[in-house]
Amino acid sequence: MTLFDDYLLLLLSVVTALGAVFVRDLLSGVLTLAAYSFFLALLWAGLGAVDVAFTEAVVGAGLSTLFFLVALFLTSHQEEVHKRLQVRMVTLGSLGVLGFLLLFGSVDLPVVGDPESLPSKHVSSHYLRKSLEETDTPNVVTAVLADYRGFDTLGETTVIFTAGIGCWMLLRRRDDSAT
Amino acid sequence: MITLYHFFFLTITILILVYMYRVFRGPTVYDRILGLNGISTKAIIMLTILGSLYERLEMFVDIALGYAVLNIIGGLAVGKYLEQKRTREC
Repeated sequence: MTLFDDYLLLLLSVVTALGAVFVRDLLSGVLTLAAYSFFLALLWAGLGAVDVAFTEAVVGAGLSTLFFLVALFLTSHQEEVHKRLQVRMVTLGSLGVLGFLLLFGSVDLPVVGDPESLPSKHVSSHYLRKSLEETDTPNVVTAVLADYRGFDTLGETTVIFTAGIGCWMLLRRRDDSAT
Repeated sequence: MITLYHFFFLTITILILVYMYRVFRGPTVYDRILGLNGISTKAIIMLTILGSLYERLEMFVDIALGYAVLNIIGGLAVGKYLEQKRTREC
């Protein structure tokens, strides 16, 4: 894997993220955010996490774009800026602190693909060696998600299903829309 | 060392930047939607090139097809939104 295309994709995603923040028309902001999600998904695919890339594409570029569009349809799509300078300075300061903390924490992360790193030493080797004979699933990621962490995945699915029902209840079209 | 893949990635990035100018600048919403559609097609091409770089092309082609389907659905959703908005305003 060359770093070259990683840097190109990172450049594109940073450009689209900045554009999504600074564009004034909210519909354009939503579309730019969809493009940002596409590049983020390409980055995941470049790192070898193809399933994460697909989830990012479905949720980020597809589903959240649809939700934003429905929300924009129910409201207006021009941004109203009436914030005071004080509020802006507080927002900027807290975001700066948050970014510093995230960058500070990322210093300790292991190098990608390092065999001596802590996550590779713990249970990953067991999964990689034994998952085929223990679960009869050829894909290790599927075996971990649906077998070793089956209860966890069931809980996640329940949460997502409940959230989906809630969104449907909020956004469905009622018949008495004439009022 | 400059390989063919570098050349491909650089060319597609330049093409995407051209489209992105249209998305940011575009006077009407339709320009922006068309720009986004172009960006998505370039993302699909980039994904297949990544697949041939990893020599797992059959898997990445599936994902590229999924991207294309998502792209169609997104374009349809935006079009439906604009249509409903126009009929409501009239």
